Amino acid sequence: MFPYIANTPQDEKDMLKAIGFNSIEEFFEDIPKELRLNRDLNLKPAMTEAEIKVHMEKLGGKNQGKELVNFLGGGVYDRHIPSVINHVISRSEFYTAYTPYQPEISQGTLQVIFEYQTLITNLTGMDVSNASLYDGASAVAEAAFMAVDKTRNKEIIVPDNIHPNTLRVLKTYLHFKDLELVVVPTNEGTFSKAALEEKISENTAGVVVQNPNFFGLVEDEIEEIVELTHKNKALLIMSVDPITLGVLKSPGDYGADIAVGDGQSLGNGLNFGGPYFGFLAATKKLIRKMPGRIAGQTLDKDGKRGFVLTLQTREQHIRREKATSNICTNQALNALAASVYMVALGKKGIAEVATQSAQKAHYLYNQILEKTNFKPVYDKPFFMEFGITSDIPAAKGKEALLKEGILGGIELRICGEQFKNALLVAVTEKRTKEEMDQFVQVLEGLK
Amino acid sequence: MKTYETLIFELSNPDRRAFEIPKVDVPEESLESFLPKGALRGEAPELPQVSQVDLMRHYTNLSNRNYGLDTGFYPLGSCTMKYNPKINEDMARLPNFTETHPMQDDSLVQGNLELMDNLDQMLCEITGMDKMTLQPIAGSHGEMLGLMLMKAYHADKGDHNRKKIIVPDSSHGTNPASVAMAGLEVVTIESKENGEGDLDALQEAMGDDVAGLMLTNPNTLGLFEKQIQEIAKMVHEAGGLLYYDGANTNAIMGITRPGDMGFDIVHLNLHKTFTTPHGGGGPGSGPVGVKERLIPYLPVPFVEKKGAGYKLSYDAPKSVGKISNYYGNFGIYLRAYVYILSMGYNGLKRASEVAVLNANYVMYSLKDHFKLAVDRPCKHEFVLAGINTDIAEMPTVNIAKRLLDYGHHPPTVYFPLIVHEALMVEPTETESKEMLDDFIEAMKAIVEESKNDPELVKTAPHTTPVRKLDEVGAARNPIVRWEPEE
Amino acid sequence: MSELFFTKKHEWVKVEGDHATIGISDYAQEQLGDIVFIELPEVDEDFEQGDDFGVVESVKAASDLYMPISGKILEVNEELEDAPELVNEDAMENWMIKVEITNKKELEDLLSEVQYKDFIEEE
Repeated sequence: MFPYIANTPQDEKDMLKAIGFNSIEEFFEDIPKELRLNRDLNLKPAMTEAEIKVHMEKLGGKNQGKELVNFLGGGVYDRHIPSVINHVISRSEFYTAYTPYQPEISQGTLQVIFEYQTLITNLTGMDVSNASLYDGASAVAEAAFMAVDKTRNKEIIVPDNIHPNTLRVLKTYLHFKDLELVVVPTNEGTFSKAALEEKISENTAGVVVQNPNFFGLVEDEIEEIVELTHKNKALLIMSVDPITLGVLKSPGDYGADIAVGDGQSLGNGLNFGGPYFGFLAATKKLIRKMPGRIAGQTLDKDGKRGFVLTLQTREQHIRREKATSNICTNQALNALAASVYMVALGKKGIAEVATQSAQKAHYLYNQILEKTNFKPVYDKPFFMEFGITSDIPAAKGKEALLKEGILGGIELRICGEQFKNALLVAVTEKRTKEEMDQFVQVLEGLK
Repeated sequence: MKTYETLIFELSNPDRRAFEIPKVDVPEESLESFLPKGALRGEAPELPQVSQVDLMRHYTNLSNRNYGLDTGFYPLGSCTMKYNPKINEDMARLPNFTETHPMQDDSLVQGNLELMDNLDQMLCEITGMDKMTLQPIAGSHGEMLGLMLMKAYHADKGDHNRKKIIVPDSSHGTNPASVAMAGLEVVTIESKENGEGDLDALQEAMGDDVAGLMLTNPNTLGLFEKQIQEIAKMVHEAGGLLYYDGANTNAIMGITRPGDMGFDIVHLNLHKTFTTPHGGGGPGSGPVGVKERLIPYLPVPFVEKKGAGYKLSYDAPKSVGKISNYYGNFGIYLRAYVYILSMGYNGLKRASEVAVLNANYVMYSLKDHFKLAVDRPCKHEFVLAGINTDIAEMPTVNIAKRLLDYGHHPPTVYFPLIVHEALMVEPTETESKEMLDDFIEAMKAIVEESKNDPELVKTAPHTTPVRKLDEVGAARNPIVRWEPEE
Repeated sequence: MSELFFTKKHEWVKVEGDHATIGISDYAQEQLGDIVFIELPEVDEDFEQGDDFGVVESVKAASDLYMPISGKILEVNEELEDAPELVNEDAMENWMIKVEITNKKELEDLLSEVQYKDFIEEE
């Protein structure tokens, strides 16, 4: 009667008899009468698969998305996703497995984590990576805690051009630990050494830089910021878009201490905000301060190569309140999807995706400036996302684009009223010239 | 599971490709023409290059070295490893859901928002709470949020003195770790031998510096905390709040509700009770439900019904803020929604009843061969205090490893910490009597082996893809990434 | 002339004049099993009696190290950073820290070797 419950009424009788009970009710006798729910739950009766499909198609039909051309970004991007990814993550040996606490029968998951760690360190130019975190925003918060733990200082400095949601999450995490968040105003969209110099002190634990920043701009004083941060004995946390690292200098190249970011772009779908995953990689000397799981290579009894979860004394199940973090379940399957993505693209492919995204974004940007009344929000080098503004409220532009089936961008109003007419437009390798030409055409017609 | 020992990096050949993107259809300007040269890296990152066949075979071979729920029995106590329905997976892959961006206007994602609102109400009904947030990404994330809510509530009342959270010594390790994340202090109180709360110890610990108490009910020994009403009264009278760790909800659906027991805050693990897959360690989903008086502090945004439609509202001046990037793991809680639909009110209750039947059946079937931590009917899980030492001596770890040779995933071992040599068994409702019998026979056989051939048990496992691994070596000299041989 | 003391938290203390050398007892290393990592403080740090000054870790456990007496760190045994297993090999020989004692009176709180032996037998 319920496909996921195997035992029949006859099994029930046999089992009760075998252990000397008369009814299942006897197992619940210790629950005080007044706490029993003496009614049915107010939910619908069970639905069959066929009924569920109809219901879900109808519910999903109230969304619009799959038929729209997507120029939304802000850390979440519509990219080509290789078919192999869904086939790998749909193998139930992966997706129905528990955390690999029994290494002898979890070598698949453990090797995947080990390979993931290697791929992420190669991408970010860092020494060590963990097995994943919840998302890019909480990864920044976890990195901030590492900096606090390492330096024993209490203050984290961030520029105001990081993702507004990251800033919100960081604010919450720091507030509850009684740590200080210092937000530095940026200069025309980018973070300058001079701005940092005004705030940094011997009390600083860490400095966050996001590259490209929320406005899509490529930060141009990272080297100076890293140097100044290190001079003050603080840690430099660099938040990055993993795809851009196909061509942009890595956090390792800049001498960052911790690299973090959101991994959605690496082969994970849009999924209305999740599940994605956060990545966190660091220099070798910070390994024991890292949150979350880490897989390590070792040998078995017969001398064969194998993998185990290692350095577990950092974690909650051993160190309890003294753990580096409370994280337990992470986003393992999304990290697997990312591994498959990085392998499917390879060294050449990731550079191509990054390059094409940037080239297409610049094509659209140039067309918009040339043919429409829109102007750049900031006239500075950007990668694949840019802000445009005009005399017309952004909502109106969005509406006109939507009529043509285009999701035109994020309203930058979320960053302040000065941006009320501005749109943040993201272009990935998936967008075509035709789609972009149509985008420009709509804006051209705007009055 | 056959032998496969290759790392993906060892398959790499610079001329191979597993995937190609379409050729660029706009003018191919060089990156240097629009980016400062100093921003570019010299060489692309070292990612392996393999053919698509190599890729698929690599991951398929790795999957063969894994043990999933679809492989066999997974009686991990406290983890609720129940079958993951396939319709959940299919529904979560419908493009109408997957191809929605989190920054789309509310008017374009009405289906998503309606689903979130429906699920909120369903979970409230199941737990007896007034409002849920779906933002927490995992159970511990939910715990952290629940503790932040407590702190925000007290602070809003002008009470900044309440820094202590009481946690029983039988609790999950995440509890104290989450307390630390919320900037609070842990006070551990001892449980009575049967795992029940010690009311005297609790009374002593309560005071105007206590923010609240974290409990799981049934507790980690699988027993219902009968004194829960007295405990709730004691905590509330002292001005504290009561937090429910929902890891053990699978025992009580449709039978009793944390909200009715007096809990103020609840977190659920949708990847336990509500069949969303564990994924080898995530993604999970850890919604948090609260009673009315705590609603103002929930994270933003929340779904609001507005006329005929729904919107995401950020209007909550007392909110703790955000704890994750968007709205939690949408693709995961969508699966839980489908599960609840497919079970209905009657199915959920039946699931809990059979989960409890299965646990008692296994427990009483093993009572002569193992020591019961508590000899009293259990709920959805139970704890064995190691082998019956009248028959043989054998450490729990070896029993667990020997189970691998019998094709079963071992139970949770050495937890809860209050039971010596603990084996914590949670069969779940989705297993058949035949499977339970097979497990019971294997457990008994291992006891016999411990008596007659202890070496066989002590050197287990013998049939797994790798044998016992050197964890000491791995920790002393951590190798945490692959590097090419010189 | 040096004097040897122990604590109930299983540290040993060898006192010579105003200086003390501190490690963990053989019983402690045996209880911990294979030691995989030892975290020690920085030179010049000051500690009160009872403060934790470091951590000793096996694969599945981490134990804090407690200051038997108040003092300033003069030296830490850096050899243990790369070879924590030395403590398993000889816990009495492989010391962890050397300190300058700030309050000699606190030595009265410590156990003699005989008292410590009786104590672990009871445990």
